[in-house]
Amino acid sequence: MREVAIVGAGMTRFGEIWQSSLRDLFVEAATEAMRNASADHLDAMYVGNMSGGQFVGQEHLGPLMADHLGMAGIPAARVESACASGGVALRLAFMEVASGMSDLVLAAGVEKMNDGADVTAVLASAADQEAEAYHGITFPGLYAMIARAHMEAYGTTEEDMAAVSVKNHRHGALNPKAQFRREVTLEEVMNSSLVAAPLRLLHCSPVSDGAAAVLLCPLERAKEFTDRPVKIIGSGLATGSMALADRNEPAFLDSVSLSAGRAYKMAGIKPSDIDVVEVHDCFSIAEICCLEALCLVERGKGGEAARSGLTALGGKVPVNTSGGLKSKGHPVGATGVAQAIEIFEQLRGESGDRQVADASIGLAQNMGGSGASSAVHIFQRV
Amino acid sequence: MPSPRYWREIPSRYRLEASRCCGCGKVAYPARKVCPACGADDWKQIQLSRHGRVVTSTVIHVPPDDFLMEAPYAVAVVETSEGARLMVQVVDCEPAEVVPGTEVNLEFRLIRREGHGGILCYGYKGVPAG
Amino acid sequence: MSGIVGYGAFVPRNRIKSEEIARQWGKDPETIRRGLLLEEKSVPGIDEDTITISVAAAQAALERAGIDPKRIGAVYIGSESHPYAVKPSGTILVDVLGIGPEVHVADFEFACKAGTEAMFVAFGLVESGRVEYALGIGADTSQGAPNDALEFSASAGGAAFIFGRKNVLAEVVETYSYTSDTPDFWRREGEFYPRHGGRFTGEPAYFKHVLSASRAILDKTGLKPKDFRFAVFHMPNGKFPLSAGKTLGFSKEQLETGWVVPTMGNTYSGSSPTGLAAILDVADPDDLILITSFGSGAGSDSFVLKATEELPRRRPRAPTVRSMLEGRRRYLTYGEYSKYREKIIVNQ
Repeated sequence: MREVAIVGAGMTRFGEIWQSSLRDLFVEAATEAMRNASADHLDAMYVGNMSGGQFVGQEHLGPLMADHLGMAGIPAARVESACASGGVALRLAFMEVASGMSDLVLAAGVEKMNDGADVTAVLASAADQEAEAYHGITFPGLYAMIARAHMEAYGTTEEDMAAVSVKNHRHGALNPKAQFRREVTLEEVMNSSLVAAPLRLLHCSPVSDGAAAVLLCPLERAKEFTDRPVKIIGSGLATGSMALADRNEPAFLDSVSLSAGRAYKMAGIKPSDIDVVEVHDCFSIAEICCLEALCLVERGKGGEAARSGLTALGGKVPVNTSGGLKSKGHPVGATGVAQAIEIFEQLRGESGDRQVADASIGLAQNMGGSGASSAVHIFQRV
Repeated sequence: MPSPRYWREIPSRYRLEASRCCGCGKVAYPARKVCPACGADDWKQIQLSRHGRVVTSTVIHVPPDDFLMEAPYAVAVVETSEGARLMVQVVDCEPAEVVPGTEVNLEFRLIRREGHGGILCYGYKGVPAG
Repeated sequence: MSGIVGYGAFVPRNRIKSEEIARQWGKDPETIRRGLLLEEKSVPGIDEDTITISVAAAQAALERAGIDPKRIGAVYIGSESHPYAVKPSGTILVDVLGIGPEVHVADFEFACKAGTEAMFVAFGLVESGRVEYALGIGADTSQGAPNDALEFSASAGGAAFIFGRKNVLAEVVETYSYTSDTPDFWRREGEFYPRHGGRFTGEPAYFKHVLSASRAILDKTGLKPKDFRFAVFHMPNGKFPLSAGKTLGFSKEQLETGWVVPTMGNTYSGSSPTGLAAILDVADPDDLILITSFGSGAGSDSFVLKATEELPRRRPRAPTVRSMLEGRRRYLTYGEYSKYREKIIVNQ
C-alpha cells in the first residue's frame, strides 16, 4: 500500500444557500480544492451524497458532477452511507490512491437540503424503514432515545448535553464557513424548544446546504501540489445494527468503536496521541457517545467532557474546533469531507483564531444513521 | 407506502410474529434469515406477547409531515417478555410519562395513512399498563 | 345448545363532556344532560377506527373463549364507519387475529343495527352446523355533524361475540328480527355526515321497531319482562332505551346494567352489543337477558340469552366494559375533539 496525502481542500460556506443548486455547490468546492493544489486534472472522483434523489430529485451524481467540473470522462461515482457518505467517499478515494490504481483522486461531499423537501422524512429514510421510520420516529427522536439511555445508564444530564452545544457554538463563531457564527449560552440551549425530548432545538445540528472536497495523491508526489501535505495514516469503516431496538446498549455506538479501533490500528497510534478531533455531533448527545467510543474519554464520562473544558479549544483534547455539525452546519453528504478539511487545516496551521497549537495528529469521525455506520480517519502533519 | 411492501410486513405488524434462533435462542423481531448474534439460519417462529417494558423513549415534537396531526407523541423501544425489542409509539397517556421502565400493553392501531386516498397502515402501539 | 362462547368489548380512552360540546354551540348543557341523559361520550383517538376497535374487542373475546382462532369459520363486522368504502374491515381483523385463511368474511352495514346483524348471521351459521365457531362484531367511530343533536351522542366503541356449540357462556334461546323501510336516518355515498328526520326517528322508527321486535320475541318464547334479570335496547341517547323498556314493562333495575350510554355515548353498531357485554360482565348463571338493537332505515334484531355456569369462570380473562368506562380517561376540549375527528381542514 502506498502512503497517501491530502494536498488540497475546498469547501463552500455551510448554511441556507438559496442561490446555489446542488451542482453549483459541488463545483464551487471541487474547483477550490483543485485550485488550492494547482491541479489541472483528476484520475478519479468520489461524490459523497446522502439523498440527492429525495432532496432535489437528482440521482446519478458521479457523471453529473464530473461533467459540470469540466471533467466528463473520468471515473466518478456517488457514494452513499447516509450522513457518513462524505467519510466513506474519503475512504474510497484513499483506498484508490493507496492501492496504486490512481494518483489524483478527489473525495467530495455535497448536499442540498433546503429546497423544499420534507427534510425530517428524508433523513428518517436513513433509519430502518420497516421497523423504525414506519412508526413515526425521526432522527432527533432516535438520538433522543440514545440520550435518555445514556442519562439512565450514567447520570448524564441535559446540562451536560447543552454544554456540548455551547462549546461548539463558541468554536463555530470563529469559523468563517460556519452556518451559525454566534455563541449561545447554556440558558439559551436549555430554554430552546423541544424537538424530541430530551433534545431541544439547540442540541440539534441545522438543516444545511454545502459541499466540501479534498484532493488526494500518493505522498511521494505530494510536493508537486503543496509544500504542506497532510498524510492519512489510518482509515476505519464499520457498521452496526441498523435499528436502535437491535442494540443491547443503545447508549454505546458499536460502529464508532469498531471503526476507531481499525483506524488506530492502521495508524499505529493510541487515542492519547490525538491532538485535535472532529466528531459527528449531529446532536449534542452524539458527541458525548462518540468521545466514549473513540476512547478519548472513559465510557460514561462523555457527559463531563464539554462541561469541564476538556474538549474546548485550549483543553486537553479540543473537539470540533470547526464548530462541529452543530454550529458549522450539517449538509449531510458533505460533512465527512468537511471534517477532514478542518483537521487538514489544523495540521497545516491554517485555522486562524481556532488553531490548536502545534497540532500534529488529528482524527475525524463521521457517522451514518443513528450510528449504523461510522468512518474514522486519522491524519498526520508531514 | 406502496401496498405490496405493506402487505409483505403483515405477519410482524399484525401478529407480532418474531423468530427465535435455534442456535443461540436470540429473538429477532421482525423475523430475519440469518441470526445477528450467532449466524445460524434455523429459526422457530414465535408470537410476541402484547406486553413489554420501555427501554428508552422520546417525545417527538417535530414530526415528519405524515405524523403532523399526532405530535407531540411518545416513541419508545419496548422489550417484550420474550426478549424482543421493538420500536413503537406509546399513546393514550401524557407523552412525557413514558420513561424507561414504564410497563406497556401493545394495542393494534392505525399507524399512518398514505395521503388522502391511499391505504391505511396498521400495527401495534404501546399503551401504559394499569 | 349454541350460544356465545367468548365476548369482549373496547371503548377508546378519550372523552368529551356534553357541556364542552354545548358550550361550543351556545347550547344549554343542562338540556342535554336532563333531556337526553348524556353526560359524556367516548371519542376515538386519531389512530383508532372500526378496525382497531374490532380487533381489541375480538382479542378480548378470544381470551374468554380460549379457542384456537383457526377454528373460527366466519367473521362479520357490522359498522357504519368502516374505514374503507371499498375493501373489507374483516380481512384485516382475520389476519391480525390469526383466523383463516379458511374463513368466510363480510362487512355489514345497517346504520346502528349492523352489529347485531353480524351476531345474528354468525349465530345462524354455528347453529346450522356450517361452521364450528363464528365471530360477530359491532363497532363504530360514529359520525355526527357538528352542531347537530347527534354530536352529543355519536361515540366510539364496540363489542365482539364468538358463537359456538361447546362451553357456551350464554345460550341463545331465541332470535327475532323486524324490518321495514323507514327513512329516518341516512348518509348518501360521498357525504361526510349522516342526516336524520329529527323527531321522525322516534315514534315511527326507533320505538315502532324496538317495541315490535321485543314484543314478538317475548311472544315467541312465552317469557314475560319479569322473567328477565337484564334487558338492553339500542341507545341512541339515554332516554329512548329507558322509555322503550318502561313501555314494555321492564324496571330500571333490569335496564341500568346495560345502559352504558350516559358515559359512553352511542357507539352506533356497537351500542346494544356493548350494553350486552356490560351485562355479561355481571350476569349469574341462569340469568335471562333480552337485547334488542335498532338500526335506522329501519330494523331491530332481538335475542334472548341465558347465562351459563361457564360465564363467571371465563369473565376475568379480559377487562369489563365498566372498567373501560370508569378507568383511565382523557378529557378533550372541543378543539382537540375537532382535530381528532378530522373536522378541521388542513393541507394534505
